[in-house]
Amino acid sequence: MNRRDFIRISGIATLGAAAAGCSGTNSRKEDTGGAMEYRSGPTGKVSLLGYGCMRWPRTGSGKDSPVDQETVNELVDKALANGVNYFDTAPVYLGGESERVTGEALSRHPRNSYFIATKLSNFDDPSREKAIEMYESSLRNLRTDYLDYYLLHGIGMGGIESFKKRYIDNGILEFLKEERKGGRIRNLGFSFHGAKESFDHFMSLHDSGEISWDFCQIEMNYMDWKHADARTNVNADYLYAELERRAIPVLIMEPLLGGRLASVPEGISRQMKEREPDLSIASWAFRFCGSFPGVLTVLSGMTSEDHLDDNLKTFKGFNPLNGEELEFLEMMAARMKEFPLVNCTACRYCMPCPWGIDIPGIFKHYNTAVTEGTFAQTREQKDYLKLKRAYLKSYDRAVQKKQQADHCICCGQCVSHCPQGIKIPGELKRIHKYVESLKQDTI
Amino acid sequence: MKILRIILALVFWTGITLLFFIPDLGAVTGFIPKLQFIPALMATNFAVIAALVLLTLLFGRIYCSVICPLGVFQDGLARIGAFIRRKTGRKAYNYRKGIKWLRYGIWVMFVCALAAGIQLIVSMLDPYSTWGRILGLRFSLPAFIIPAAALVLVSALSITLGRAYCNDICPVGTTLGLLSRFALLRPVIDRQKCRNCKACEHACKASCINIAEHKIDLSRCVDCFNCMESCKFGALKYGFAPRKKDAAEDKAPADPGRRAFVAGAALALGSTAAKAAELPGEGEERSVPLTPPGSSGVKDFYRRCTACQLCITACPNEVLRPSLKAERLMQPEMSFEKGFCRPECTLCSSLCPSGAIRKISREEKTGYHVGTARIDRELCLASQGTHCGNCARNCPTGAMKMVRPEDGGRMIPVVNEELCTGCGACEYLCPVHAASVEGKKIHIGQ
Repeated sequence: MNRRDFIRISGIATLGAAAAGCSGTNSRKEDTGGAMEYRSGPTGKVSLLGYGCMRWPRTGSGKDSPVDQETVNELVDKALANGVNYFDTAPVYLGGESERVTGEALSRHPRNSYFIATKLSNFDDPSREKAIEMYESSLRNLRTDYLDYYLLHGIGMGGIESFKKRYIDNGILEFLKEERKGGRIRNLGFSFHGAKESFDHFMSLHDSGEISWDFCQIEMNYMDWKHADARTNVNADYLYAELERRAIPVLIMEPLLGGRLASVPEGISRQMKEREPDLSIASWAFRFCGSFPGVLTVLSGMTSEDHLDDNLKTFKGFNPLNGEELEFLEMMAARMKEFPLVNCTACRYCMPCPWGIDIPGIFKHYNTAVTEGTFAQTREQKDYLKLKRAYLKSYDRAVQKKQQADHCICCGQCVSHCPQGIKIPGELKRIHKYVESLKQDTI
Repeated sequence: MKILRIILALVFWTGITLLFFIPDLGAVTGFIPKLQFIPALMATNFAVIAALVLLTLLFGRIYCSVICPLGVFQDGLARIGAFIRRKTGRKAYNYRKGIKWLRYGIWVMFVCALAAGIQLIVSMLDPYSTWGRILGLRFSLPAFIIPAAALVLVSALSITLGRAYCNDICPVGTTLGLLSRFALLRPVIDRQKCRNCKACEHACKASCINIAEHKIDLSRCVDCFNCMESCKFGALKYGFAPRKKDAAEDKAPADPGRRAFVAGAALALGSTAAKAAELPGEGEERSVPLTPPGSSGVKDFYRRCTACQLCITACPNEVLRPSLKAERLMQPEMSFEKGFCRPECTLCSSLCPSGAIRKISREEKTGYHVGTARIDRELCLASQGTHCGNCARNCPTGAMKMVRPEDGGRMIPVVNEELCTGCGACEYLCPVHAASVEGKKIHIGQ
């Protein structure tokens, strides 16, 4: 038999085995020793690992070099072979290339062996014509006459105002509901970024029956769970709870917070490795996302085969986190939120400080301590005294007392010189507060 | 007996000496300075004083061989001296009468100084504090001469004459000597066994054994037990006084004589003259000095402090340093060039053996206001229109605040005198030395 048949048969067989084991939208698969984990979607079983197509590899290093179709084909083939059946793209990804390239790669497989998700990215032009044009172009690029999942892209950005302009005033939402009725859109939903008020508004539309969302895509990971950046985001625990109680399937984007959760500060990575020596740091983030029963799929932009391999290792024979592990991640998240690094590059444009503060020295010492873990985070931790002493002693050695952060009078002369745009007096104050809390044991 | 004494002596001596280098040992060995005689006197620690009196009445001047660090130090040096002498064919020690006029003259001067509150004399004559000042030499470079001179004197005397310092000069030795002549247990010569070989006489560091008359001057015996070890005939034992009272063995000292009185008075006058002389100062010149929280006031502090340097060596922020002013020579005062008196630190109060700095908790410390900050408006950056505010930002009690003056302009720092504890954070962190702390005479209860 040829490869396609093999894939088809093994894919169906796996789906069948999965179907036998699963029941209901909230089921979790028992460990079958290495098979891809599936969740029940509104129109079929979806692999818990979804392929995010915003980060396909390019042939060269420049931003304008073409996307590497050959590698994309290999990645898609391998993903499908291992049970991944959800692919998420959008017209604006990779400068329009993503849909085309993904469509090309997927077209080599039977249409019913995968789900395609794309979005209406009508950010620039809210006109009806442009929206319909974009919709039809997506169908063309993806070489399909129906879309399994179609999203209102990033509503919430620009608030309810922008949403109205993009979807209500031009009648596009109604158009999409019609397309859904006609079967060209199998599931209609949205991806969300923005403020709580906007999200609550979209939920109210669902509650009132104005639009019944088939799914919702949110930014969720163990940082955003309770420590989202309040300026641009809402805590994921709130979003997830709101969706789960309405039985709206949850799709996850940014499980790794843009990659940041793949390499965490040393003290935290050490603890993760102590618990699971053979699992990657990133796997913790993925296991977190998959541990919630209301989650349909976790999107990962796997640029290289290593990423795909590691994720397959996580999602095949998926092992969700237990309560203790969840608590552990929450503690780690709180600390990462509290102790962000200062992105100083030691360019020294801020020097000489008119009051003699050793700015790069202070930042370097702090960053080194955070990344190397010689960094007490709470006085309850077991090696607190040792770490406290290590930090304070090394601080005095790295920076002379009169040049330390407490002597900064916030005159602000350095701020305009910093090419990284670091708010230097603020960061110095933050570090000084940390040192004070150590000395007074109030940390 | 002697081995036991040596082991105990080393334990106590090491405990005190290490404390001057590793203040964190306070939890373990911090009690040893508090057992010292003069500090206990200063702290009016009746329990310790009574215990030491009882100890001496029971065992003799065991204090001088075990507890007093200067005594143990002298024992070490005496060994060297004795060894050298033996190697060159001489005797280690010889019996000699004490220099009674010197001993009791100094004692009288000491008692007068104690009564009159001339703390300089008291602290200079305290053997524990002398040892502390020697250990603290690295901190008191400008006042180097005083501990150095003491070191030279004590070393010279101990190498050549054993415990001459302890018996002819030290007022603690003299005081305990008044009691030790009645001690229950003492070295006793068994006349039956004694062959008059004088081995014990030559072994005695205190030079207090007179074999010719078979007498031991118990007021000078420091219970080192050298004598017992040296006797090959078992004639010297540590035990109860024999039933028969030997004539003229332990009489009260003969009338010190005019000599002693004149000597004592001369010394007292001399020190008053020294008081008047002003040595160049170190650190900030303040009209009222700053003494640490735990001291109830400036006067009380300097009355009790024996200048042992323990707090100075322990201060983790280098705030305490020895004064060079004659009226409080070597006693600590606070200055904020290298750091400030941090709110969570109570190290000096936990270590001070003389009650000059009472032991206080972190919470109690907030109630001690040792000084008040003030701003020199001409130097102050903010008052002159430049952005600052570092003093207010770092004030641990919130006493220093930035306010907008009525006539507009930049915010300037102002001090709430009720809240200011005089910790010195503002003085330490002000880049132009506009903020400074003035001492308060009474620290609590106002």
